[in-house]
Amino acid sequence: MKAPFSWLKQYVDIDLTAQELEGRLFSSGFEVEELIDLRGGMDRVVVGVVTEAVRQEGTHLHICKVDAGEYGHDIQISTGAPNVYVGMHTAAALDNSVLPGGIRIKARKLQGVDSYGMLCSGEELGLNEDLYPGSEVYGLLDLPKDTVPGTDIAEVVGLNDYIFDISVTANRPDCQSILGIAREVAALLGKPLRMPATDYVETDYEFPGMDIDVAEADRDVCPRYLGHGVHNIVYKQSPRWMRRYLALCGLRSISAVVDITNFVMLEIGQPMHAFDYSMIKTGKVLVRRAKDGEKIQTLDGKEFTLKTNNLVITDGEEPIALAGVMGGLSSEITENTTELLFEAAKFARDSVRHTARGLGQNTDSSARYEKGVSEYTVELAMARALHLINELDCGEISKTSFDISAGAPREGKHFTATLSGINRILGIEVPEETVLDILKRLSFEVEQDGDLLKVVAPRYREDIEIGEPDLAEEVIREYGYEHIVPTFLKDARVTGGGLNPDQNRRAKVKQLMCAAGFYEISTLAFYADADLDELNFPADAKERQVIRLMNPITEKLAIMRRVLAPSVLRVVVDNLKKGNNEGRIFEFNKVFIPKQLPVTELPDEVQHIGFAAFGPDEDFFAVKGAVEALAGAFDLNVEYERAEDVAYLHPGIAAYILIDGERVGYFGKLANKVAAGLKLPKDSKANLNIYMGEIDYAKFESHIVPFRYKPVSEFPSVTRDLALVVDEQLLCGDIVREVKNACKAVSEVELFDLYRNPAMTALGKKSMAFKITFQPADAALSQEDVNRFVNKIVGNLKYKLGAEMR
Amino acid sequence: MENKIKELRQEISQAFANIHSKEELAEFWQKYYSKNGRIAGLMKELKNVPKEDRPTMGKVVNAFKSEAEQRYQEMKAKIEEIELAERDRKEAIDITMPAKKNPVGRLHPITLTRNAMINVFAGMGFEIYEGYEIEDDDHNFTRLNVAKNHPARDMQDTFYVTEDILLRTHTSPGQIRVMDAEKPPIKVLVPGRTYRSDSDATHSPMFSQMEGLVVDKHITLCDLQGALDEFCRKMFSEDVRTRLRPSYFPFTEPSVEVDVSCFECGGKGCSLCKGTGWIEILGGGIVHHNVLKNCGIDPNEYSGFAFGIGIERIAMLKYGINNMGLLFENDLRFLSQFRD
Repeated sequence: MKAPFSWLKQYVDIDLTAQELEGRLFSSGFEVEELIDLRGGMDRVVVGVVTEAVRQEGTHLHICKVDAGEYGHDIQISTGAPNVYVGMHTAAALDNSVLPGGIRIKARKLQGVDSYGMLCSGEELGLNEDLYPGSEVYGLLDLPKDTVPGTDIAEVVGLNDYIFDISVTANRPDCQSILGIAREVAALLGKPLRMPATDYVETDYEFPGMDIDVAEADRDVCPRYLGHGVHNIVYKQSPRWMRRYLALCGLRSISAVVDITNFVMLEIGQPMHAFDYSMIKTGKVLVRRAKDGEKIQTLDGKEFTLKTNNLVITDGEEPIALAGVMGGLSSEITENTTELLFEAAKFARDSVRHTARGLGQNTDSSARYEKGVSEYTVELAMARALHLINELDCGEISKTSFDISAGAPREGKHFTATLSGINRILGIEVPEETVLDILKRLSFEVEQDGDLLKVVAPRYREDIEIGEPDLAEEVIREYGYEHIVPTFLKDARVTGGGLNPDQNRRAKVKQLMCAAGFYEISTLAFYADADLDELNFPADAKERQVIRLMNPITEKLAIMRRVLAPSVLRVVVDNLKKGNNEGRIFEFNKVFIPKQLPVTELPDEVQHIGFAAFGPDEDFFAVKGAVEALAGAFDLNVEYERAEDVAYLHPGIAAYILIDGERVGYFGKLANKVAAGLKLPKDSKANLNIYMGEIDYAKFESHIVPFRYKPVSEFPSVTRDLALVVDEQLLCGDIVREVKNACKAVSEVELFDLYRNPAMTALGKKSMAFKITFQPADAALSQEDVNRFVNKIVGNLKYKLGAEMR
Repeated sequence: MENKIKELRQEISQAFANIHSKEELAEFWQKYYSKNGRIAGLMKELKNVPKEDRPTMGKVVNAFKSEAEQRYQEMKAKIEEIELAERDRKEAIDITMPAKKNPVGRLHPITLTRNAMINVFAGMGFEIYEGYEIEDDDHNFTRLNVAKNHPARDMQDTFYVTEDILLRTHTSPGQIRVMDAEKPPIKVLVPGRTYRSDSDATHSPMFSQMEGLVVDKHITLCDLQGALDEFCRKMFSEDVRTRLRPSYFPFTEPSVEVDVSCFECGGKGCSLCKGTGWIEILGGGIVHHNVLKNCGIDPNEYSGFAFGIGIERIAMLKYGINNMGLLFENDLRFLSQFRD
């Protein structure tokens, strides 16, 4: 919201500098995002009178003598401008001066002649025709003859001013206007607010046959519609002051009548529209929702096909304006317009928003409506516009007018509050007189009865909702937040805080992963179907049964992941691309599992641990060790099954992780097919060595049971080594399982040697040696006991697995 | 006899000087100290001494024997020491050779920051609730006093799954879920990932927030500032202060923006605080009456404060990271720098 300092001063006497006002606005809730100094750094540019102008032979220059008042009466300055003449009052940038934008002007020789500065055009001062008439003529700025030599040029051309670019919070649409900000400033400073004039004179002229209505069914989106006829329109330029204000706020002047609608929008915050009445064929106006497929061409020449959620102004038959967004081309005000219809209306914000966004037609008007206008500004704006018609003498005001209302009350909200209640929210005692004074300055009507306040809010404060808390906010933002005295939960009861056991355990999992060398990563929770393609997930994979966003930012971020692997692999690839040739990473985060598709209820959000280890030194068993370390930390015993059907893993180098017989996850080497498809330079792809895996933490965690302390056995354990010759195909895990099954006293079985020689290989055999540990429970083991156990184990291995002692 | 002792003493002394190893020591022992050694020989010769002199002489020989024994023990200890030193010298290694690697990973800076924040508030008695990342309109908006056509919905560009199910735009729905489940006193933090359809240098479509909620009797704006003062002191530095200024959120009234005095320059103005001396860190306020009512809590009996902190923002401030994108790039050279 842009508010020129000089414009604010029209409504309230401000005895602060712009910088001081910026600070006051900030602490009352209006952050000034930028305080724009219109001087733009301009310095030592003053009014100069040309007292002599002699054409320099053989050049296009005039050598001038300039009277710059206190800066010197006889300053020699050369100029190339053709419009210079003796007696001209113009802008003189003196030696060592600065032009807007920081250009420094110094004395120098021009065509061999000393020139102690520069005479300026309007453009060189950053002016345009609206900011200062005559600025756009070719050549020097020709100032009025009553300007005094030596006067700061900024004062003469209106650049001695500031613009406050204010960020207005969404609850204060009433401050999306110069008047609204001025009202806040007046309250802040305790000064009276000078309301803009709204009186006007109506003629006896009536618009024959004019009729305005809002379709009964559509009054929810158009609760108020004012229309007023204006006749005998004079096509003319608006006055300098109006053009300047418009220009300061970034609008170009068009004609008096159109400028009035724009000026009122800026001043009051109420968008207005003017229709050329003669172009409304039927003479009637009907506001209604559009019919599906209806068309309109707007003022900017664009054509739109409408839907039923677009609100339009029609002539009873066809749309002549997109309500709150833009007028139609057919009823545009032109220099031939003699009669017009002014519109000031309240349209529902979401209706305007849908239309503006749906059609991609965002305008100043739609932006205001999306923030919200009040019933009060509708009336105020119409009266103000009509007053300006009179003031600018650009038309006459007919007595034909309409006010279509859905019947909202035309008064501010009534409620009661207590002084003690206000203080209870704030936690401090604001003096009673202060509270009452602040509310009065903010135009709340207050009737006091002891502690009780009967309050009527100003009509434009539609944000006031519930009473005491609203008033507490009004009071403290005016009184000052520096009065709040921090207290450390003074009256709150003591509560136990911290992580619960589940949260603690998850924190521990992260620490354990780190301890195993994995770095935690954080990736976006959405990706694309293409990411699943890249990991080779088949069309019917459950990982593809995903939640889809209706409005993704890009198709690359369109589905909510139910497996972490694509995100993890992306990070591996990104790191390889950056030359990080090895590493271990993990992410411990939620995946989203729909209960049904299409989604009708909230999905399950399940924690997964996704991990990867890549680089020349990694192998399957290193990763396996990490998995076992994690499980072991919770006393979980891991078993494995060959995993041949995990989409993105090597069918021969992958395993399911089983805990108590349940598959809780898998890991393995990245499938050759997936690796081949990675977007990496050819040479780096030759030796890819990437291991990945994923654990469903909910399943993993369900097997964890509270541990119980067991006294350390007082009987020593006994170990025996067993060297076996077995079939090449036999799995290590099968032997270990068989050893454990054969004897209850076995506490550990560890492979310590794997050996092959040509003779064995010829027979399809290999040799494996195990260290077997026996841990007795309740009595020391005798040599005989151990021999018995070993015999049983050897017997079982031979019988079940065909294993021979070596 | 006495002369012999003198000679032998001298001989032993000389022999000692030539012993440098255990082997030489053993040889020496054999020669002088063994059963057939020279010292034993001296004892045997005692019987040749006249009887009347024997007791005196016996004492002299015995004294010499124990003297020699003591000297031997000293020598032995000395040799052992030499040998040990030699062994140590031989076993010495180049301790600057590379270590056997036992690499340890690290937590992500967002996790580190989140943990640090939780620690501060846990000490104040806050529990942790995590909530759902995919939420319904009711919890994310409606019951937080953001009605269907409320302007606040414009401020939040929301990802929708269906008309009614969406990715939470903030952690505030956690407030509703906690207040539905628990009665005051409530002190809870809701950390978690949130989503808005925003993506540029300072925004990520996914980011993390931490909601705080306190509901009890007589909770005031002063308590909010007190709790946040404590948070900022623990998080940044003991001498920082906070500043409240008016703001707007639909679910709090009054609403405040909270700034912390710049911990880089101490409030004098620097590039971190853009010369203002203050850094905006979070928004909060007094829980809106409608929100309490929506959760069956009587606003006439209870009041509360709530706040929401951007975890990435705190991480960036704490670690001096100037581009939010880095937090989601997961470059190992970046990740390997952060620790508690």
